[in-house]
Amino acid sequence: MNIQTQPQRTPAETALIDAFGERVSYLPGDSVVTVKRDEAIEALKTGLPNRKVEAWHYTDLRRLLATVPAWDGTLAAEACEPLVAGSSVLAVLNGQAGKVGTIDGLTVERLADKLTDGSLADTLGTLDAADAVGAINTAYVADGFALAIASGAALDAPVELQNVQAGGQTHVRFDVRAGAGSKATIVERQTGTADALATSISSLDVADGAEVVWIILQEQPDDATHLARFQGRLGKDARLTLFIMNAGGKLVRQEVNVDAAGEGADFQLRGVNLLAGETHSDITMQLDHSREHTTSTEVLRNVVTDRAQGVFQGQIRVAQRAQKTDARMACNTLLLSDDGEFSTKPELEIFADDVACGHGATVTEIDHNHLFYLMARGVPEKDARGLLVKAFLAEVIEELDDEVVIEALEARLNAWFDAHG
Amino acid sequence: MLEIKNLHARIAEDGTEIIRGLNLTVKAGEVAAIMGPNGSGKSTLSYILAGREDYEVTEGDILYNGESILEMDPAERAAAGIFLAFQYPLEIPGVATMEFLKVAMNAQRKARGEPELKIPDLLKKVREAAGSLDMNMDMLKRPLNVGFSGGEKKRAEILQMKLLEPKLCVLDETDSGLDIDALKIVAEGVNALRSPDRAIVVITHYQRLLEYIVPDSVHVLYKGQVVKSGDKSLALELEENGYAGIVGEAA
Ligand SMILES: Nc1ncnc2c1ncn2[C@@H]1O[C@H](COP(=O)(O)OP(=O)(O)O)[C@@H](O)[C@H]1O
Ligand SMILES: [Mg+2]
Repeated sequence: MNIQTQPQRTPAETALIDAFGERVSYLPGDSVVTVKRDEAIEALKTGLPNRKVEAWHYTDLRRLLATVPAWDGTLAAEACEPLVAGSSVLAVLNGQAGKVGTIDGLTVERLADKLTDGSLADTLGTLDAADAVGAINTAYVADGFALAIASGAALDAPVELQNVQAGGQTHVRFDVRAGAGSKATIVERQTGTADALATSISSLDVADGAEVVWIILQEQPDDATHLARFQGRLGKDARLTLFIMNAGGKLVRQEVNVDAAGEGADFQLRGVNLLAGETHSDITMQLDHSREHTTSTEVLRNVVTDRAQGVFQGQIRVAQRAQKTDARMACNTLLLSDDGEFSTKPELEIFADDVACGHGATVTEIDHNHLFYLMARGVPEKDARGLLVKAFLAEVIEELDDEVVIEALEARLNAWFDAHG
Repeated sequence: MLEIKNLHARIAEDGTEIIRGLNLTVKAGEVAAIMGPNGSGKSTLSYILAGREDYEVTEGDILYNGESILEMDPAERAAAGIFLAFQYPLEIPGVATMEFLKVAMNAQRKARGEPELKIPDLLKKVREAAGSLDMNMDMLKRPLNVGFSGGEKKRAEILQMKLLEPKLCVLDETDSGLDIDALKIVAEGVNALRSPDRAIVVITHYQRLLEYIVPDSVHVLYKGQVVKSGDKSLALELEENGYAGIVGEAA
């Protein structure tokens, strides 16, 4: 008998571990992939991370994810209208990749095939002992898409990667490699219709001189759990703008791991968290400035109402050789109810001496002077509040350098307000 | 049109009384000037007329067209036709000026049971009004008042006033921060609004503006009270002798 005080497993932990024996026979993968899956299950056996684990301090996954739904292969999902009309849509429907279309400048493959032939095995696995997202996803990932953008190609329309769940569990991956000097806008659409457990990991490699705008639009239903990671690597003079709109989900963890690995690389993170109801949403970023002259700014704007809880952890590490790094981080929250909460944890780890780094965080209420000014022009209080909240968010959205995308995102913003205002 | 009767008001937060028994009547068609030294309560009075919550009325009443407005919120007062041109117009980041004008005009129309303005009609109105104030349409694409110079902000206030066509216009030190050319343009804008069914209250502490917007009556505000009223010659008298004499008489 084990007399150590290993806490009793939660129903979620038990279900995630016990399902493996049966699920593994359906999962694609060569022997290397299978070993990775086994290792992931072993990692899960140590339990889901709780608040004592630093990276999960504000999001006690063990407590928040008490139970998980079972897989249900009978459920069918439908692709949705793309955010931007005219986009090339690649849809994963309840965990299975749909049709692989042909897109100019791009090769597209099903992720399941890349697992079966083992060619993406090295992207699986966990980052560290507390990497629950990596562990669950590695163990159970079934499908997704792998994209390669040809060097020098400039895609004329966005590519929209949809991950639409219809219930149960879905574990999906997107792997995108943007060739040297290429240009692309990618929309990652995370949505669904049921109280599912969805994990999703997106990997992006931006080769030298390439430019990618990546938009994550997360609109899971109010009872779904969404555990996700975006992991990016930037080559020399590569540029990445990552825009996240979190507008749904009961429990959401969006991890962002970016390595500015090439000299002169630039990373821009912009995020909008729309938090309502009794929900918990967490964006946790880890950014490495690994080389000289790399730049980044991170700006998050959050609106919190009802009893919603939000978290932003932003860690920036500047390597010793990464002189002349310029990194700025800001996280501003508009708190619209007394019961809502937003926790921010910025962290700078700087090993180089000639750098400019800074961060700031604010939590405020609607400025009553602004409110008075709008009302004095005849705008009723409720509308005036709505206008000010949207303005607070629009400032970040409007930094995107594409009118069509801005309008489309503002339409999603309005849809959220119509549903939660 | 406007009757202020024995008004007492204090700062809600700390209870300091600022308006101390103020009486003032302004008739439809009248242009009334309110003058007074700094700190006498002119801006406070304008805010109270607009319904700012930072102030509490403790005694007296404000009647607009014969009815008390004290229970109305700022938006209701605006929809009823009361307009305040702010001494210090606020900057509102993220709200494009044009969008704001559309929202404000339509909110007031809606409150009065009128249909929303169609975009081309709206643009036409705005273009005309902006042109008459020598304002650049490009400015209206920028967030409301953000990065506007002092003079541009004042013009933007008058632009809003022209577009909203209020019945009671209160202008709080609209002349401060304006050079003489801008002052003339703004004054013309205000004069164009003079009409038998509209009252205009011009708050200023210089007589300069009153050369361009000639008032029907002049009232001196001191320590939260109207201490003297007269016609436009009172403004000239103040210009020559300063407030000391009048204030002395009142004390
Ligand atoms: N919200 C406030 N908080 C503190 N003091 C105020 C406030 N509003 C007005 N006051 C004070 O009331 C007095 C009158 O101010 P104000 O109405 O701005 O005068 P005026 O416009 O005539 O120069 C001043 O002493 C001012 O400091
Ligand atoms: Mg004043």
